[in-house]
Amino acid sequence: MRKVAVLGMGHSQFCFNSPRTQVELMSEVALDAITSSNLIAKDIEAAFIGNCLGTIAEGQATIQQFAVNDMGCLNIPALRYEGACASGTIAVREAFMHVAAGHYDVVLVAGVEKATALGTPLATRCFSMAGDSRYEYPSGYTFPAAFALLAHLYASHYNIPLPKLKEQMAAVSVQSHFYGNKNPLAQLRFEITAEDVLNSFMVSTPIQLHDCCPFTDGAAAVVLASEEVAKKIYSKPCWITGVGLATSGQLSSQYRYLPRLRARELSVEKAYKMAGIGPQDVDVCELHDCFSIASLIASESLGFFEFGTAGEAWLKGETKVDGKIPINISGGLKSKGHPIGATGVSQLYHICKQLRNEMVDLGLQVEGARTGLVDTLGGDGCLCHLVVQR
Amino acid sequence: MDYKLPFKEYNRALRKSRLLGLRCNSCGAITCPPKMSCQECTGLDLEVTELSGKGSIVTYTTSFGAPQGRENELPYTIVIVQLDEGPWIMGNLIDMETDKITFDIIGRRVKMGSRVYPGDVYSAGASARPVFSFDDQI
Ligand SMILES: [Zn+2]
Repeated sequence: MRKVAVLGMGHSQFCFNSPRTQVELMSEVALDAITSSNLIAKDIEAAFIGNCLGTIAEGQATIQQFAVNDMGCLNIPALRYEGACASGTIAVREAFMHVAAGHYDVVLVAGVEKATALGTPLATRCFSMAGDSRYEYPSGYTFPAAFALLAHLYASHYNIPLPKLKEQMAAVSVQSHFYGNKNPLAQLRFEITAEDVLNSFMVSTPIQLHDCCPFTDGAAAVVLASEEVAKKIYSKPCWITGVGLATSGQLSSQYRYLPRLRARELSVEKAYKMAGIGPQDVDVCELHDCFSIASLIASESLGFFEFGTAGEAWLKGETKVDGKIPINISGGLKSKGHPIGATGVSQLYHICKQLRNEMVDLGLQVEGARTGLVDTLGGDGCLCHLVVQR
Repeated sequence: MDYKLPFKEYNRALRKSRLLGLRCNSCGAITCPPKMSCQECTGLDLEVTELSGKGSIVTYTTSFGAPQGRENELPYTIVIVQLDEGPWIMGNLIDMETDKITFDIIGRRVKMGSRVYPGDVYSAGASARPVFSFDDQI
């Protein structure tokens, strides 16, 4: 298997109500990625596109065909990947495998979403399509509800009093906003307090508005290349050294493992093994904090904390930029935003920025970061991981 | 290979508040809601069996925000129930006012009935859903 490098990258402003179409959003970040790789559109051999709800948001299926044509990558193979909120990460993993296998030397990965075009009621309906449509959606199952069910289960399983868990969950959101406020690409650039979280609208007990990430419009792109090409044209490549992907069935069918998500543990184990590392080697992590409780559940399964103790780690500052394991220093999905098809690519973008020491000016640099981890969750059982090293 | 308990049959029974599942002839486990294969051992030698619909609440949430078209149901409480036969299934808790529901409903015994979600433009028709009421004395 060949080594695979991340070269140039592009990242849009994450926002509400973007004035751009999905194709326009993607073309802008794609050309940023291509030109900063010292390449032109004609050099791209294939494109791997993450997009989930574009069919409904803009009535546009096969967006990949229009996107690559728009950006000047004429007639190339272009594929769209859909794994709900993990669509972008899955696209990265697929592109990685094609380059590693020697099918291509230079490929584009781009993700895009215009979720706010749907409006909150329809967006809530569409996000719920990533749950089981026949056996769980009839009960009114939504994603806030999914993580609310997990939050109560987490409190009961680890015997944590609910007010204590709520305090821990609030600490996750407070930290994300503290860092997101410093990230110019973030959608929600303001700080919040634990009190703000606990006074916000109750969405689905015990999840309140400030336990939730927003709906977001945005795009992100990266160029991946073989080692041979990377060494010729690019001075600061990062290397994807491990990938993982695993799936599971509907939430209730995961009863042997909940509140842990088995697919996450299988996927990250594969990624760690491929990279020849363990959780102790990770210097910085971007994980899927769609809801505050999701950060606790994720960080434990990634191997950073003992089960049932992650909330204390957030309260003690162990996840801060200078902590034991810096997590979501970009602001995470909570403050940076969550344009679902683009989210995984955005996570990769921010990890590479860390590994290239390019977050110093923003006051967000994890000193000496050499190894990063991307964790993305799609629906209630599509987990994807990337280990990235410099 | 035929699907042993398709949605249509499961749903027809559920509308009458009868809960069907699948018993695995290889490992004895019960799968519910139905699948092609046993949820424990992936075995395919399954037979349809009627379940009690009784169990205990393992987790819950009361939602104050709804997907498009379901705003009139708000607020509503979703529960996951561990059935006496083993599997966990999702449904709604119906016989307690949502503002009285607290963490200590976890563990309470419940019994199953059903209601119908009429569906929307995305749902390919209606689906019955389990609804639960308490089956114990406080
Ligand atoms: Zn079996």
